[in-house]
Amino acid sequence: MDILAKYDSLAERREIMLQAGDNPFGLRMEKVLSPTDALVNGKRTLLVGTNNYLGLTFDPDCIAAGIKALQEQGTGTTGSRIANGSYALHEELEEALGRYLKRDHTIVWPTGYQANLGVIAGLAGPGDTILLDADSHSSIYDGCRLSGATLIRFRHNDPEDLDKRLARLRRQKEAGSPDAQGAVLVIVEGIYSMLGDIAPLEAFVEVKDRHGAFLLVDEAHSLGVMGETGRGVAEAQGVEAQVDFIAGTFSKSLGAIGGFGASNHPHFERLRYCSRPYMFTASASPASIATVTAAVKRIEEEPGLIRKLWQNAEALHGGLSEKGFEIASPVSPVVAVRLPDEKTAVAFWNALLQAGIYVNLAVPPGTPNNICLMRCSVSAAHTLEQIERVVQTFVDVREALKAGAAAGN
Amino acid sequence: MSDSQTGSGEQPIYEQVYELLQHYNREGRELRPETDLNAELNIDSVAAMDLIMEIEDKYDIDIPINLVADLRTVQDLVTTVRKQQGAA
Ligand SMILES: Cc1ncc(COP(=O)(O)O)c(C=O)c1O
Repeated sequence: MDILAKYDSLAERREIMLQAGDNPFGLRMEKVLSPTDALVNGKRTLLVGTNNYLGLTFDPDCIAAGIKALQEQGTGTTGSRIANGSYALHEELEEALGRYLKRDHTIVWPTGYQANLGVIAGLAGPGDTILLDADSHSSIYDGCRLSGATLIRFRHNDPEDLDKRLARLRRQKEAGSPDAQGAVLVIVEGIYSMLGDIAPLEAFVEVKDRHGAFLLVDEAHSLGVMGETGRGVAEAQGVEAQVDFIAGTFSKSLGAIGGFGASNHPHFERLRYCSRPYMFTASASPASIATVTAAVKRIEEEPGLIRKLWQNAEALHGGLSEKGFEIASPVSPVVAVRLPDEKTAVAFWNALLQAGIYVNLAVPPGTPNNICLMRCSVSAAHTLEQIERVVQTFVDVREALKAGAAAGN
Repeated sequence: MSDSQTGSGEQPIYEQVYELLQHYNREGRELRPETDLNAELNIDSVAAMDLIMEIEDKYDIDIPINLVADLRTVQDLVTTVRKQQGAA
């Protein structure tokens, strides 16, 4: 039997998708021109699905810092953090980020995916129990598997369901069950990437405190987005002191690449010699690191970026709702428009692209509850005119597809 | 409590699990203890997660994801429910 035959049915589904037009899961960006524009199929295209929340990818300070590091310290570190890959630059970023986040200990990884692997598998191990939100990102699931801990899912954004499960676990512990004697780690996200819905952290921290569990919040989509100074949903809901660990990425609001874990736990730095995803991969390149340090500084100095982001989020959410589109969640910078099925979604996505607008096509199993979405992400760099154009194009595409369906195409 | 207590005899718990599985049994196959969840009922890894949540709710138990990969048949499912009821 062919080793790749197990993917036959998935490959068939992909073929059908490709027959409908461009490849939604591997679209070629010929040239990115700005935080909001790229050339796609030779055409200037408005980017509304890049998680570039603060529009910092072309920030002059960040670019200058990257160029300087590249020229002075070379293209790559050629080694892991536990060998030759811990430069002053890496430690300076960890210090800057720790200051910004108000956390005693901050550890940086080459990507956000690896940060979740490294933080989760570093914190939890065999004998421990992890309770994770059912709609968690794949990097959280993979980190959980790597940890070797017992994994229990609770219903998405449902503190009551978590409470029930923690209570059961405690009864098992008190009954002397050997599987229930370890530490308990609860994992949630700040803003969920697909629907843009926000975790009720206040309720979650009350529950986890009552049961003596630890809490890790992945603020990947909420860092630089939520809270007065952008420290995330924990800041926005006033519960930072009760959130034991946070993880996040540099690939969204910070416009770069990399990820981090941060905590006030006195022993958090043990992950530097106990977490395999930290130890067994080369550290991020000097240029990457330097752009992130500059981006953190930009967020600290210019909170106006966050306000602009939310103005745009409200404009897009309000505009599309007003035109009768069903948005999956209340206002956030992720504006996910619900469509009835995969065929419609693929057609819609292609029509938007032909009209010069790029969004994310999101379909099961990448989405919860089998739903299909045109997932938009808003940037502070968008102008209100651009947002209006997106709304109008959504309306035009809906009309065109309706007319096409009526004509029997 | 009543649901988990009615699971004491051999028959009732199978009947209950068959009932939960009907929703996934699109081709209307006859359900037996040996019925293969994936091969016969097309329950893939994503659908399995939903099914597990339903079973957890019904019996007031937790079924760790670590165990899900080993659940091949209806009988495996029932055995796991029993085992987790014992743990709870
Ligand atoms: C919730 C969440 N966590 C982690 C990641 C991984 O981040 P990165 O792209 O930096 O690897 C992502 C995004 O891809 C995400 O959405």
